[in-house]
Amino acid sequence: MNLYTFSSPVNFYQLSGKLIPWFMGGAVVLGLLGLYIGFFVAPTDFQQSEAYRIIFIHVPAAWMGMFIYLVMAFWGAIGLAFNTRMSFMMARALAPTGALFTFVALWTGALWGKPMWGAWWVWDARLTSTLILLFLYIGIMALWSSIDDVKRGDRAGALLTLIGAINVPIIYFSVQWWNTLHQGASISLTKAPSMAATMLVGMLVMAFAAWFYSIAVAFIRVRGIILERERQTEWVKTILEND
Amino acid sequence: MGRFLLAVLRRDLTLAARRRGDWLIAQFFFVMVASLFPLGVGPEPNMLARIGPGVLWVAATLASLLSLSRLFSDDHHDGSLEHMVLSPEPTVLLVLGKSLAHWLIYGIPLLLIAPVLGIQFNLSWEAIFILEISLLLGTPILSLLGGVGAALTLGLRGGGVLLTLLILPLYIPALIFGAGAVDGVVAGTGAQAHLSLLGAFLVLSLMIAPWIAAAALRVSLE
Repeated sequence: MNLYTFSSPVNFYQLSGKLIPWFMGGAVVLGLLGLYIGFFVAPTDFQQSEAYRIIFIHVPAAWMGMFIYLVMAFWGAIGLAFNTRMSFMMARALAPTGALFTFVALWTGALWGKPMWGAWWVWDARLTSTLILLFLYIGIMALWSSIDDVKRGDRAGALLTLIGAINVPIIYFSVQWWNTLHQGASISLTKAPSMAATMLVGMLVMAFAAWFYSIAVAFIRVRGIILERERQTEWVKTILEND
Repeated sequence: MGRFLLAVLRRDLTLAARRRGDWLIAQFFFVMVASLFPLGVGPEPNMLARIGPGVLWVAATLASLLSLSRLFSDDHHDGSLEHMVLSPEPTVLLVLGKSLAHWLIYGIPLLLIAPVLGIQFNLSWEAIFILEISLLLGTPILSLLGGVGAALTLGLRGGGVLLTLLILPLYIPALIFGAGAVDGVVAGTGAQAHLSLLGAFLVLSLMIAPWIAAAALRVSLE
């Protein structure tokens, strides 16, 4: 089977329709499992007591916020290079989820920061760069919403996503010039994680739940975009009549 | 190639010279925004010296945005922009020439006014000298990155505000390094590291921004 068949909207519409229940179901099951591990199985932290449990939502949300931006930049680059329609639709479908996760990361971070640092917000490197990431998401969505022409909007948004992606590392390093209060990354690939195994498992399960959720809602959104853009075609008319 | 760049530059400078009021607005805006801060936070000299570099840099970024929304729109209205893009000369050079002209019109007068505002903010001569260098390195970045935003928002409703939303996040490194350099002098830690990074960011913007702006211009004119 050729994977490229799914770059055609009609095929992708049908494939995503079949996959959405699986991803949504997986997100619910993994989310419940992850929350159970996080709130009932994982031990209390000796330094931060119960407040640390926010990481089961905070860390996966922060990961997804950054990762979805990269995926958007990837689809934007593919779309600009190969002129594929589905890539731009995927980029548009992903942006609200990415912005949502970035916002959740900031919000849960503030809830954690109050008991731990004694402040809802501090201007440290990670917080600031996450905030700027949210600004970039908002800018891209604002650009899309103010361009009525679909083709122009797709391309302009992709270009803005790309220049943002080049700028993100620079922004990150530039904001590191302030003293950083945020603790270093707890997980690295080269050394053993500095947290209990059950905490790590809970966090990873939650991360997978966030992945499944993102894929499911992006598919739902992209199906709406496909129907809107292909509304003049025969297959959309047949689908809409049958439903 | 060089002749085309010069022609674009000469054209934009001539147009600016015939409409002096237009580009003076950005300079007055710069002066006024900077003058509002002492009124807002109080006239205490030490505090003004402390916040001065940041305030002047923020005012400079805002002033650049004010004039950037017009970078392509006037030529777009009378149709000459399409002809220039359709010409066999590379669009990248057109964008580069226009960004350069924008910097000459907006950046150079800013450099001349900034020391006066520096004195108002009680900055030392050394700090004012570094402020000038940081603005010299930093304002071209604003013109180059702003060209991308101006090309993306060409002819859109609410283009000016949208431009602000798109471009301000991209300005942040320039702001941090530029204001940080002057802060370094005020705090006594030296400015060289910040100035080097600002220079590196300028080179990177010069390498990337004109190409993306040219692509954006073609997208917007399609």
